[in-house]
Amino acid sequence: MVLGKYKTVVSARSTDKEILEKSQDGGIVTQLFVFALENGYIDGAIVTGIGDRPWKPRPYIATTKEEILAARGTKYNISPNISWIKEATRSFGLDKVGIVGTPCQMQAIRKGQLYPIGLREVPDKIALAIGIFCMENFPYKSIQQLVEDHAGQKMQAVKKMEIGKGKFWVYTERGNVVSLPLKITHKYEQPGCHVCLDYVANLGDISTGSVGSPDGWSTVFIRTKKGEEIWNRAIAAGCFETTPIDQVKPGLELVTKLANEKITKNKKYIEERASYGVNKGLRNPYI
Amino acid sequence: MAPEPPKREEPPKKEAVAAPSAAAPSEMKRETKAETTKKEEKSVTNKITVGHVHMSGCTGCLVSLADNYGGLLKILDDYADLVYGLTLADVRHIPEMDVALVEGSVCIQDHESVEDIKTTRKKAKIVVALGACACYGNITRFARGGQHNQPQHESFVPIGDLIDVDVYIPACAPTPQMIRNVCVAAYLLLRGTEDQKTLAAKFLKPLMNAAKRGTTACFCDLMYEVINQGLCMGCGSCAAACPVRAITHEWGKPQGQRDLCIKCGACYNQCPRSWYSFDVMNEFEGILELIDGAMK
Ligand code: SF4
Ligand code: SF4
Ligand code: SF4
Repeated sequence: MVLGKYKTVVSARSTDKEILEKSQDGGIVTQLFVFALENGYIDGAIVTGIGDRPWKPRPYIATTKEEILAARGTKYNISPNISWIKEATRSFGLDKVGIVGTPCQMQAIRKGQLYPIGLREVPDKIALAIGIFCMENFPYKSIQQLVEDHAGQKMQAVKKMEIGKGKFWVYTERGNVVSLPLKITHKYEQPGCHVCLDYVANLGDISTGSVGSPDGWSTVFIRTKKGEEIWNRAIAAGCFETTPIDQVKPGLELVTKLANEKITKNKKYIEERASYGVNKGLRNPYI
Repeated sequence: MAPEPPKREEPPKKEAVAAPSAAAPSEMKRETKAETTKKEEKSVTNKITVGHVHMSGCTGCLVSLADNYGGLLKILDDYADLVYGLTLADVRHIPEMDVALVEGSVCIQDHESVEDIKTTRKKAKIVVALGACACYGNITRFARGGQHNQPQHESFVPIGDLIDVDVYIPACAPTPQMIRNVCVAAYLLLRGTEDQKTLAAKFLKPLMNAAKRGTTACFCDLMYEVINQGLCMGCGSCAAACPVRAITHEWGKPQGQRDLCIKCGACYNQCPRSWYSFDVMNEFEGILELIDGAMK
């Protein structure tokens, strides 16, 4: 189950130039939400924009194409998207909600559907949950420290951040490119990520990430019936170019390798936690 | 995958009694037509019996159950007979039942309530604490007595402080969808196929664990059991779940205004890092379809 259940997996990118322009990779999330919104699959989506500081995420509810486009690009620090899920259905009155998030947030959504303890009216209204591959995440202050202290760039000057090819990359508006070895970034990771056993968002309707596909393309897993229906319709509408995953490099092999690495490492840490003290351990949430 | 959907009961007809059937007379009169005898007999007698036991609560939990609208009718038609309930069933004494849904905490100065909760434990196979007051005390924790005309009624305890409880449905109010999901699971556990029983047992296990875990709840649980334990990943579920908006996210992590907290337990139990079962969660699509099918 390292890659979760899925119906199909492909390499894809949006056919919309405007969407691709500021997207992280293949513009999959933005394109899917725009298509789903314009075709009535969702009434709105919880996406991640920029908050009161440069690169500080702020989840918000997008109900127009413009608002969805405004959220393009990965922020690489924590965005509590699920905190808006009840607002979306109760305050905004959405009946069909789209949401994008990390694998752990997909777990949160599904727990919220099966065990909607405090999530009144939410379970039946999740229309499209898109998961993003995730190795680890960072608190805002960690990203600030990496960008400002280690890479020596101003936060507001950064155009794009990226983790790929074993490095953390910072691109600035004026053309600076700085890369930091991941060895440096590790200690700044969010601690909660170290017990995480999901790399490719196993519980999304669709999940996507750059790993496995060539630059500018994304690997896309279509997992559920809901996800499949919207994906097929979007393909029929010409929203995406696709290539079979076995015809691209590095392909599924790399995805599987990284997923295994993450899960093995974190399982080991969970085991270590069990005897962290002397005859005492730290809590394991998994039952 | 859905449990066999039984037909609605019709007024008894003479021919049904004359039809060949192994059913007992009392069950016979529920049947409508000879040819549907087999199916109906199985389904109708297969309903579980449920009671709503009202302790010190605001009836919000019951309203939440009713907020399933058509779904409630479906539950009462096909899966459960309501055998006890203050305003809903004309029964004075707590009868034997499969499932008791207990709303509210127990006032220990009110001896009738204390007797009632003890009787409930004796008469019910499964006791469900429905809502935050029954599970954790919730707002009744803040009671100090002095209310006309029983000013001495000042001490309220969650039902788990007096009896063993099998399943928790936390939150104030518990959501209609959570109550529905547990009802379907309880039905499948008692009456489903072997596969459905296994799945329902897995589904209910965390809620049974919650009942064993204790009778107090607070935003502090997130601090003690999740954040301090290095488990929080900033998803935001806790903030969404809190009924009084006591939780905000500062720098991506939950902060609670603890004076606002009513001690309902929603945040902790909603958090994916409080408890999480891969066995159940990996089957989410099938389970949601099963629940959907059961409510059709
Ligand atoms: S590594 Fe896991 S816990 Fe951390 S942000 Fe990614 S999905 Fe969430
Ligand atoms: S629900 Fe749990 S993991 Fe998510 S932000 Fe709240 S405490 Fe953290
Ligand atoms: S913080 Fe909110 S959700 Fe958590 S126990 Fe208190 S009132 Fe309930």
